[in-house]
Amino acid sequence: MPAEHAILAEIPRLRRYARALTGNAAEADDLVQDTLERALGKWTLWRPGNLRAWLLTMMHNVFVNQLRARPVLVMADEDELAAIPVRPRQHDELELRDLDRALARLPPEQREVLLLVGLEELSYDETARVLGVPAGTVMSRLSRAREKLRAILAGDGKPQHLKVIK
Amino acid sequence: MSERIDRDRLHAYADGQLSDDERAAIAARLAEHPDQRAEVADWLRQKALLHDAYDPLLAEPLPPALAALAASGGRPRLRPLRIAAALGWIAVGVTLGSVGDRFWRPAPDSTELATLPHRAAVAHAVFVPEVRHPVEVGADQEAHLVAWLSKRLGARLRVPGLRAEGFHLVGGRLIPSDSGPGALIMYEDSAGRRLTLYVCIDDANSGATAFRYARQDTLSTFYWIDGHSAYALSGELPRETLLPIATTIYRQLAGEPHG
Repeated sequence: MPAEHAILAEIPRLRRYARALTGNAAEADDLVQDTLERALGKWTLWRPGNLRAWLLTMMHNVFVNQLRARPVLVMADEDELAAIPVRPRQHDELELRDLDRALARLPPEQREVLLLVGLEELSYDETARVLGVPAGTVMSRLSRAREKLRAILAGDGKPQHLKVIK
Repeated sequence: MSERIDRDRLHAYADGQLSDDERAAIAARLAEHPDQRAEVADWLRQKALLHDAYDPLLAEPLPPALAALAASGGRPRLRPLRIAAALGWIAVGVTLGSVGDRFWRPAPDSTELATLPHRAAVAHAVFVPEVRHPVEVGADQEAHLVAWLSKRLGARLRVPGLRAEGFHLVGGRLIPSDSGPGALIMYEDSAGRRLTLYVCIDDANSGATAFRYARQDTLSTFYWIDGHSAYALSGELPRETLLPIATTIYRQLAGEPHG
């Protein structure tokens, strides 16, 4: 079993990923906790190696299981919406909630790839291993996710016309 | 003009996943393809947006319950921890909110949760204004109140004490809930402000949820499920005033075994 401090050191990253993946602080809380529980139950399967990727794999499995469960509408917390802190932004005026909403419109499997590559900075191979899919699938999902996010952020939400190449 | 750059290569370029040689080669070819250059710029902007939005989480102190969990070696004492974690997050002022219009949740607790704050708010609104008959059994008969409601709910009810929070028990009443009889416990402070704790038991409930918060006009409600019991604390108080009271109630109730 990895040293406790090694696990502790990974939790902030897990929280960041979970927060972006779920779009919600409470959901992220649950997801991280479920992931740690699952990981702690499977330490015997752990082999020295990339702890972060291993934990992200656990989180992917938990996330997918949750998606498979019957989807139910949960009310948003309006008070928390209002309480989102406004931070100085270098890049543009985009609010956190706008980004949350944009990400929520991506299919979950595309969102995972986009975040593992774009936020967690995993290599394509690591991403493929975490998600248990071929590298080619990672690339196609990444490409679709980026195109769709671009369209959503540009305000139209619809897929762009396919460009004819050659 | 060189051929268009392969899309996978282009992504790898944007993600810094090419060797130095490859990167230099792509950079040179990009000069001839302004549309692909714009595409890469857009991807880089997306990445910057993601980091900008979510990196602040990295600097936040860990919720104590999560740290404790990592240190626990996975011993199964997790249910209280889940609530504790949620409380910890709220308490340390994590205000990254619940956003987006909806979220997918696993099924078990969701039906109850979806209607809980509304049911509690209705009960609160109906009975709190009552001057002469706000409750059926008053605080002067607390033992009888507990025995009676426990019998009707089919589970041992505990009436949390909120003296330390400045609220004394007014009493309680039986109310209908989706799953049969429920209880409404009422408290009042010296200024006459009233809180209600709505309790119902449903064997279909299991596990535990994080604290959730709902607001309807001026009425704040914290609600949660623990075991078979669903709770909702409502009051016309600001969220930050109600939260410590809900925390106290949770702690007092959490010591109880759940069927």
